[in-house]
Amino acid sequence: MAALTSVGETSLAGQGRRQGGMQAGRRRRLNLFRYLTFTVFGLFFLLPLLATLRFSLEGKKLGTWSGAAWGQIVSYPGLLPAIEVTLEVAVITCLVVLLLLVPTMIWIRLKVPGISRVFEFLCLLPLTIPAIVLVVGLAPIYNKIEHYTVSALALFWVYVILALPYAYRALATGLGAIDVTTLSEAARSLGASWFTVMFRVIAPNMWQAILNALLLSSALVLGEFTIASILNYNNILQVTLFDISRSTTNAGVLFSTSLAALLFAFVLLLILSYVGRRRGRG
Amino acid sequence: MAVAATTAAGARPSVRAGRRPSAAWVGTVPFLGYVGVFLLLPTAIVIWNAIRNPVAGGLELSNLKLLFDSAERSYFTGSLELSAGSSVIAAVLGAFLAYAVASGNPDGIVRRLYLSGSGVLAQFGGVTLAFAFLATIGPTSGVLFHAGWYYNFPWGIGLIYTYFQIPLMVLVFLPAIDGLKIQWREACENLGGSTWDYWRHVGAPLLAPAFLGATLLLFANALSAYATIQAWENQISYTVPQQIYIAISSEVGLASNAADVLALGMVVMVAIIMIGYFLLQRRAARWLR
Repeated sequence: MAALTSVGETSLAGQGRRQGGMQAGRRRRLNLFRYLTFTVFGLFFLLPLLATLRFSLEGKKLGTWSGAAWGQIVSYPGLLPAIEVTLEVAVITCLVVLLLLVPTMIWIRLKVPGISRVFEFLCLLPLTIPAIVLVVGLAPIYNKIEHYTVSALALFWVYVILALPYAYRALATGLGAIDVTTLSEAARSLGASWFTVMFRVIAPNMWQAILNALLLSSALVLGEFTIASILNYNNILQVTLFDISRSTTNAGVLFSTSLAALLFAFVLLLILSYVGRRRGRG
Repeated sequence: MAVAATTAAGARPSVRAGRRPSAAWVGTVPFLGYVGVFLLLPTAIVIWNAIRNPVAGGLELSNLKLLFDSAERSYFTGSLELSAGSSVIAAVLGAFLAYAVASGNPDGIVRRLYLSGSGVLAQFGGVTLAFAFLATIGPTSGVLFHAGWYYNFPWGIGLIYTYFQIPLMVLVFLPAIDGLKIQWREACENLGGSTWDYWRHVGAPLLAPAFLGATLLLFANALSAYATIQAWENQISYTVPQQIYIAISSEVGLASNAADVLALGMVVMVAIIMIGYFLLQRRAARWLR
């Protein structure tokens, strides 16, 4: 197994550092540019989040502090079920995305490389077809689905489509970094079945890309509003938040829940970036 | 799109590929079926509903006259202004940020923070974002200041859009900058070129197609954004997605296909952009050989 992993990582190790052998003057100017850029953009990105934090800690009287809004995440009527359903949809979406993409991408790479351009086009197509257009055409299809189930979990069917471009890009990067042909031919000549090749040889070698695809897909589901709202799945997190904002302006719970969801996704992605590095060293 | 096109180059045809193409093709059927039902079919339904008579059935192209009404046209102009403005500004700013991120330590904390943050913020261009800006510069309650121009279209909402557009730009443009080889820079310096010369004659032409591709991606992203503007302002419609929503919610029980016609208008808009993109990219590719 160790030998297999190293195949994937030698190619990455060669990328090297970009700053080596730079003139002193240029490096100083570059560093000035970098610190300036990071400060300006850092402020731009942080200020709205800090303001959200401040609002989430607003007490009953304006200007006072209170942690009540954070407690309300679990006690506000309808909110906790919405979080649960949304997380469930996220999990199902992730599983379906992986089952749909990973085997197909490996198969195309090995067996039918000729259609890889068409495949890429199809995967990236959802970026260009606006969700609102998709939902207009989906309404009749979802009418059929609702014939069998009216659960919000059915949203995963379309969320998989929305997640395709992001998952595809993450997985394609991982797949590009390993020698799929050699790995699969080695496994096949040792008598492995195609199932073994995909799930026990190739997939473990691109597990970081798979995790990345999972996280991007779940971030998408946690933030999606358009489709859930128009298809009237009002128990999805973002739609619930929207409804709360309509009935109670500046409800503290809006800000605490929004921030909690953002932080949740952010911490997951940050952890992933470190997990990947530790693996690379070992 | 150029942003992801790099991966296809790595594909190496297997020795066995092509011997039994008909059997091998079967492996892609589940994927094609799924995409067919949930992506291509909805798009086809929109187009079909837009060009047929909603009551009697049958082809009726006169539906499309709706797109040229002065009211509907203003939504398309609004969408166009908002998307073009926010995508161009975010593309330029995001490119600088991406360069700043790329020129640092590839294992550093800054890069990790910005990449993870971008991954999250690019997706949270929804209701959450409107709340965050309401808290920051909202007209009645902003922590920072109370901005009247917050409700100015397209600049107020355009500023909010850059909040998710810039992170998306960083995500899609960073691989292109990472692809610039240090050797090219050194070659330029050895030939006596300054930083300006390098960017003018080497960096910019190399990055141009990726930059253009990323900008158009941002444009499409802004065009389809609906949640933020809906949470920010639900009194007035400025953009096509808002108007589609109104059409959908008001046509319950009515035989109307206004939503489909507007949606078709958006598809055409996107198609024009994409064709322009492919033509431009072909032109750019000629110089890259």
